[in-house]
Amino acid sequence: MRRAALRATVLGYLAAILLAPLALVARRAFEGGAGRAWSAVSDPDTVHAFELTLGITAIAVPLNTLFGVVCALAIVRGRFPGKGLLNAFVDLPLALSPVVVGLSLFLLFGRGGWLYGLFEAHGVRVLFAPPSMVLATVFVSLPFVAREVVPALRELGEEQEQAARTLGASSRQTFRRITLPAIRWALVYGVVLTTARCLGEYGAVAVVSGRIEGRTETATLRVQDRYESLDLTGAYGISLALAAIAVCVLVAMTLLRPRREA
Amino acid sequence: MSIAISGVSKRFGSFTALDDVSVEVATGSLTALLGPSGSGKSTLLRVVAGLERPDAGSVAIGGRDVTGRPPQERGVGFVFQHYAAFKHMTVWDNVAFGLTIRKRPRAEIRERVAELLALVQLEGLARRYPAQLSGGQRQRMGLARALAVDPEVLLLDEPFGALDARVRGELRAWLRRLHDETRTTTVVVTHDQEEAMEVADEIVVMNHGRVEQVAGPRELYEHPANEFVLTFVGGANRLGDAFVRPHDLELAHEPGATTREAMVRRIAHVGFEVRLELVREDGQPLSVQLTRDEAEQLELERGQIVHVRPLRETTFS
Repeated sequence: MRRAALRATVLGYLAAILLAPLALVARRAFEGGAGRAWSAVSDPDTVHAFELTLGITAIAVPLNTLFGVVCALAIVRGRFPGKGLLNAFVDLPLALSPVVVGLSLFLLFGRGGWLYGLFEAHGVRVLFAPPSMVLATVFVSLPFVAREVVPALRELGEEQEQAARTLGASSRQTFRRITLPAIRWALVYGVVLTTARCLGEYGAVAVVSGRIEGRTETATLRVQDRYESLDLTGAYGISLALAAIAVCVLVAMTLLRPRREA
Repeated sequence: MSIAISGVSKRFGSFTALDDVSVEVATGSLTALLGPSGSGKSTLLRVVAGLERPDAGSVAIGGRDVTGRPPQERGVGFVFQHYAAFKHMTVWDNVAFGLTIRKRPRAEIRERVAELLALVQLEGLARRYPAQLSGGQRQRMGLARALAVDPEVLLLDEPFGALDARVRGELRAWLRRLHDETRTTTVVVTHDQEEAMEVADEIVVMNHGRVEQVAGPRELYEHPANEFVLTFVGGANRLGDAFVRPHDLELAHEPGATTREAMVRRIAHVGFEVRLELVREDGQPLSVQLTRDEAEQLELERGQIVHVRPLRETTFS
């Protein structure tokens, strides 16, 4: 009885918070018919926005996966001064508002910034161009892989790796054959979270991109743009497409993940 | 292969795990590193394997200095107390690991792994995962895995410490037989003096990061170098300046010239022997070991007053 009540509460809460708004978005998107919804989403600027979002994600996710694993190894296995600081700094992007991240990039690369002379002064566009948008996205999606992999590494312990070493494996072979298989599901989950965060990034990118239609407008920025231009069908259509991508990523992960480890 | 450890020191923060330790292990011997926890015996073994880097000193295996070499270049087989089984691999793949890493031909790997699984009596369990094995089976797998690469030196870190008494006894005897057959230089770390005495040719007794004595089991028991070795190996009672083993005390009902009075506080029947706990007049406890027959003849009871005479005493100047 109590379990049924608990289940109903949780499901009801989820429905109210997540599913209802999403359903409403879907209904609004198709209000003018599927044809209008499709033409709104297949508008060239919108297509470009999606390509840009996916492109940025395709750069940011591998970078943060690599960084996340190295960082987790350093946090769990490393013996160096400043380890506690590293551990704390990894979480910084979670605590910091993305808008602040965007603003600091602006100060860094803009006229008079510390790195202005290195790039912008030589005609290399960073601000109002994809590089700054990639940087902003990398920063905000930084912690997820490391946060997932750290507990998995702790649980693995060092003995299996040491055993592999005594059996003749080099550190690279040990990582590939022992460490990686042990952390792979944590890694997959971290990658999924990172991907989701990259796809949905708004605040930091909004500050550094300049939001130039058809050039530096990502999918989330495009939603805002359409909304402000009173193209509600477009706004809802793009939102729905973003939600669909997110659902696909989650479903893919659920299918990949073996049942016993779920 | 012989192992030569000379002047090895290792600190962990402010804790000195090893303090200028030098030990020689002869080719083909079975040596036990014996000591209480924190004595540095495991650290010493890990230094030999290359899993721990010493702060000072050197390690040579078969005359070759391996001090700065990583574990994979030392030709050692290592068996861990908690098995360190590769959880995501089957028993077969665990045992084959070292050979796979060495890229041996497939047929050779198959033959060798089958041979080893037969040796450790795990033939039927090759397709299982470590989680599906008992502790004893996992440790046998760990042994097979370490033996697969034909190590020059076999190192075992409290290999049977996590197992129950019966399995421990079986594996101990099995290890001894294996060593008699293969004659691989073997070093086993243990805190159990009985295990060390039963299995090893030579015992290195350690305490506080130092070597207290190196001797064969009999020599160690009969001629301990100091008080620590005497009390750690076999236990002893203190009588004034002298030490007496529990089985070197004779009990009688009547007082004699060299007897002391004591009261029986506890009697425990442990198979063929009877262990007594006595209290002397001055409140000092005495432990006594008698055979079952001796105890029966004396008709001992709790609370009884007996007269104790030491048969053999050891003193350290």
